[in-house]
Amino acid sequence: MARAVVKLPSTVKRGEIVEIRTLVQHAMETGFRRTQLGEVIPRNIIRTFVCAYNGKEIFRAGLHPAIAANPLLAFTTVATESGTITFTWTGDNGFSVTESATITVE
Amino acid sequence: MTSRRDFLVAAGSLAGGVALASAAGAARATPAAMQEAIRKVVGEAQIRRGRVRLEIPPLVDNGNAVPLTVSVESPMTQVDHVKAIHVFAEKNPLPNVLSAYFNARAGRARVVTRIRLADSQTVTAIAELSDGSFWTDTVDVVVTLSACLEEFV
Repeated sequence: MARAVVKLPSTVKRGEIVEIRTLVQHAMETGFRRTQLGEVIPRNIIRTFVCAYNGKEIFRAGLHPAIAANPLLAFTTVATESGTITFTWTGDNGFSVTESATITVE
Repeated sequence: MTSRRDFLVAAGSLAGGVALASAAGAARATPAAMQEAIRKVVGEAQIRRGRVRLEIPPLVDNGNAVPLTVSVESPMTQVDHVKAIHVFAEKNPLPNVLSAYFNARAGRARVVTRIRLADSQTVTAIAELSDGSFWTDTVDVVVTLSACLEEFV
């Protein structure tokens, strides 16, 4: 199971812009590299990342082989209400990781 | 007799030559392939320069993890916001790098990630706004150790 780390403030003021930083463990094998025997190493990357705030999508990203290993993605959102923010990474070979964080809006 | 200094200089140039040779033999995208990839995303719309800010170090030691920040000037309201930011690299094996999709709840149109660069090249960021216009910014990057193209593992 790949590890995922999400960083965001736990308590914020209403209407504040919050920065969310996410990191997930993944080799992001490009599919362009070869072994010493000349065989192409098959591609194995994370294809999509989705972030939802209380079930509503706020950010989505499509990843390509040019994203570095252990993909970092940082973005912002407006704190509207207390609740749960969920993060989902999906990719090749059935890769799927979900992480969630709670946020309290004052 | 070979001095230590001569030996190190010779060894260094040999290593450099090997790296160049291995990079030259591998497949890579061309600026034309990048234009094609951009047209697939943008369609026939006109792309204007400005509003987008692409931050990437101009000189990169290691192309395997290059910090990249793209931000766009936008009020991010329901009627005027950035819908998407696309990043392209002209000399990577595949020109597409990242597509990030936003809505008005983002507050700020900004995305941070780390990318791979196969060679010294021009990196392009394109923003799609909710009014249907496209804006761009480009940065020339010099890469000393390239990513993606190692022949052996």
